[in-house]
Amino acid sequence: MAKTLNAGYTRYHPKWHRVRVPLFWWVRSASYIKFIGRELTSLFVAYAAGLLLVQAWVLGQGAAAHASFLNWLSHPAVVAWHVVLLATLLFHTVTWLNLTPQALVLRIGRWRVPKGVVWAGHYAAWLVLSLVIVWLFAGVT
Amino acid sequence: MHTVNHDVLLIGGGGAGLRAAIAVAEANSELSVAVASKVYPMRSHTVSAEGGAAAVIRPGDSLDEHAYDTISGGDWLCDQDAVELFVREAPEEMLRLEHWGCPWSRKPDGTIATRPFGGMKTERTWFAADKTGFHMLHTLFQTTLKYPPISRYDEWFVTRLLVEDGRCHGAVAVELATGEVHAILARAVIMCAGGGGKIYPFTTNANIKTGDGMALAYRAGAPLKDMEFVQYHPTGLPFTGILITEAARAEGGWLVNKDGYRYLQDYDLGTPEPRPVLRSMELGPRDRLSQAFVGELKKGRTVETRHGHVVYLDVRRLGQRVIDEKIPFVRELCLKYEKIDPVKELIPVRPVVHYMMGGIHTDLKGATPIPGLFAAGEVACVSINGANRLGSNSLTELLVFGARAGEAAAHHAAEAPAPPRSVLAQGLQEEARLQKQFLGKRGGRERMADLRKEMQDTMEASAGLYRDGATLKAGTEKVRELKERFRDVAVEDPSLTFNTELQTVLELENLLDVAESVLHSALARRESRGAHQRTDFPERDDQDYLAHSLAYATAEVPRIDYLPVTITRWPAGERVYGRAVSDTHKPVGGAAAPEKGGE
Amino acid sequence: MEEEPAFDVFEVPYEDNWMVLDALNHIKDQVDGTLSYRWACRMGVCGSCGMMVNGKPVLTCATYVEDVLPGPIRVEPLRGFPIVRDLVTDIRDFMVKLQRVKPWIIREEDKPLAEGEYLQTPEELQDYKQYSMCINCMLCYAACPIYELDPDFIGPAAIALAQRYNLDSRDEGREERMDVLSQHDGLWACTFVGDCSVVCPKNVDPAGAIQRYKLDATVDWFQSVLMPWRKR
Repeated sequence: MAKTLNAGYTRYHPKWHRVRVPLFWWVRSASYIKFIGRELTSLFVAYAAGLLLVQAWVLGQGAAAHASFLNWLSHPAVVAWHVVLLATLLFHTVTWLNLTPQALVLRIGRWRVPKGVVWAGHYAAWLVLSLVIVWLFAGVT
Repeated sequence: MHTVNHDVLLIGGGGAGLRAAIAVAEANSELSVAVASKVYPMRSHTVSAEGGAAAVIRPGDSLDEHAYDTISGGDWLCDQDAVELFVREAPEEMLRLEHWGCPWSRKPDGTIATRPFGGMKTERTWFAADKTGFHMLHTLFQTTLKYPPISRYDEWFVTRLLVEDGRCHGAVAVELATGEVHAILARAVIMCAGGGGKIYPFTTNANIKTGDGMALAYRAGAPLKDMEFVQYHPTGLPFTGILITEAARAEGGWLVNKDGYRYLQDYDLGTPEPRPVLRSMELGPRDRLSQAFVGELKKGRTVETRHGHVVYLDVRRLGQRVIDEKIPFVRELCLKYEKIDPVKELIPVRPVVHYMMGGIHTDLKGATPIPGLFAAGEVACVSINGANRLGSNSLTELLVFGARAGEAAAHHAAEAPAPPRSVLAQGLQEEARLQKQFLGKRGGRERMADLRKEMQDTMEASAGLYRDGATLKAGTEKVRELKERFRDVAVEDPSLTFNTELQTVLELENLLDVAESVLHSALARRESRGAHQRTDFPERDDQDYLAHSLAYATAEVPRIDYLPVTITRWPAGERVYGRAVSDTHKPVGGAAAPEKGGE
Repeated sequence: MEEEPAFDVFEVPYEDNWMVLDALNHIKDQVDGTLSYRWACRMGVCGSCGMMVNGKPVLTCATYVEDVLPGPIRVEPLRGFPIVRDLVTDIRDFMVKLQRVKPWIIREEDKPLAEGEYLQTPEELQDYKQYSMCINCMLCYAACPIYELDPDFIGPAAIALAQRYNLDSRDEGREERMDVLSQHDGLWACTFVGDCSVVCPKNVDPAGAIQRYKLDATVDWFQSVLMPWRKR
């Protein structure tokens, strides 16, 4: 099969010019900036998950440890930072959920589920899960 | 100069070239096949074809009907033995393409759908929405990728055929990216480089349709047959010349003049009915429809726009659903290039140069008179299209004759001797010529674009829809002058790297040769037949001219000779559209060929 | 020969129905015959004339000059590919990748021609039709930052073409293609930037094709692990 390659093809031709990609290649377009934002915010998601794990561990250490942890959480700087965190998490979630209709083609028999339904379904699931978690935690505290 | 050796060389990577390459690979997997094209194969002009490809498939259709439609459509200039084998092999070739994955449009039960088309008595045009050529080309191209013996030389521009002792042994090509000149030696060469619509100023053809293949074979000594027959497609968009497919009329579109009147009824093409009637009105043959436009123009019933006179194609009555399903590309093209929506507005159209019925003279197997040189596709003339091609026959022709030429070339290559090394001397000559005449040249005073424009304007004036002896003669003299002036053409670009100026000047050289052969053939044919209409000889003359013209290159003007048309079962008769045909169309001599029912 | 690309400025007349390609042709015919670029059909179906206009990958034959005014209009060669000269790029990498995805009907056994066509309902045709509309213009490669950063990535059009065959009811080559595409430079190099689908002039939606393919590949993998006896 390799025979059908163009005669004389090599990946790097000594005379052809390859443009250097700048480090900040992504600032040149709004869609790229949004893309990098979406990707970078996954770091914040990781932080949030880590925070949850830390909280669980602290709980295990006893009521006193947990009380001081909650104290730290209510420090104004931390609260401010966590508001920013919430914004990044929301951004991450919304950008990803909005992509689901393009990625997911669902069929029931031969009928294709409309894109709007896929989109709405994901948001609905998010809302329901969030409510369930809030209800669980409302019971705990 | 580098040399490459193969068994079979294809020049041109369009529908015919790719089909032929597959045919060679399947006929004999030992043979190494080279496909050299000046563009990447997916850019070949086959890609622009829209309407469909004809083959008998429906019950109630017959090979004889397809043959008769083609022969009468060609105004009896078709070689009937060629037409008979064409219609017979067409269904199998089309099915083979379907097996290779071509996304033909389907009926609800999953079988292949057909649509009516101009000049055809029955629906037999297979279609892939209205991008049939695009899908056929991509299917063929992607299928060639699975054959290891096929090597491709993309963006290699062939500038000369290597012919020695009357046999063809390969070609010389410039690798456009690097400017290197290569000799490709082969035991058989198949010319599939397409037609030459760019000799005219207003054409549906892409920029690349510069008649290279015709000129190369012509200069090597092969005759060009029936060059005077140039098809004007009746519906092209003004200014751009972009094709609006016949399928728009097949689905029910009407051609109307400035008064909204379906003018075709005044030109012996039938009476207007609300639904399309086969072989009538808008489904008549293309030459008659284009000629009707000229009639309307003379009567002052066309509309003058800033890009010339037009008539209108009315598809509003089809409704959006049918348009989006059957002719979506037409809608896209109108929205983009005319800024109108055919669902609600009339499409301005006018006749536009579209296809060359003529080409390199070949026999039924695609062999030219030069042993070792074969040809297939628009570049060739077998002839199945005669004096006027029916729409949807040429896409099928690519498959049928591409396959035939491929098989014939494979057999020839298996038996032919290896090319003699002496032929490489011609390669070196060509390399020197390119350097001296173009790359190394300084101080030319003629601008390429100007020469080209003058040639195109001459062709439109002298060899348009209607011609006469005086203007034709003037045209031949003008082209002779242009060829002289071409020797002084300015080439500013000395670079070897992707020199498109060099490519353009070589193409102009080819265009001038093709233009000259068209004009001289037209001048010599003193009759009117099909697409060649002469105001000084307005009648068809079967006595003297039921023959193909053959143009041979000489040191001076082309020499024109004649070859009688092969008549088998359909004696020359009257071309009738839109009214009852008398029994003269029944084939002569016993039972018809076995009927082909539908699948 | 220049070491670094430089801009040339040309003045062209304004015509309200000109495409950027018409302006380029004017330059070549009347101003500077050495300007090199590719074009053929001028109707948006051959895929030759892709270039960057004002930083966006477009088909120059389908982009009105008036839509990219005010000037000066910046025309550059298609991003992501090595530049051969002027506005001409080397697209051979794409041609290699096109072939790697095995873009042909793969079947265990071909039905004899005498038995006619493979039946394919209009709905089955719709399943893959969109992905068959690719004109190989490579605007999607120019829009893809992954391809720019890592030219090993097989790329949007190639993957969409693989999907076109995978979803064709006549094809049986899904598994073979999966082997090719599940490599590191295949599907998984894509991070769903999504610009490829935005610039595609034929609405092929390669991004959608790739994500669907990723889901397929994931399901395949789970099935092969949890139910190894099951034939894919």
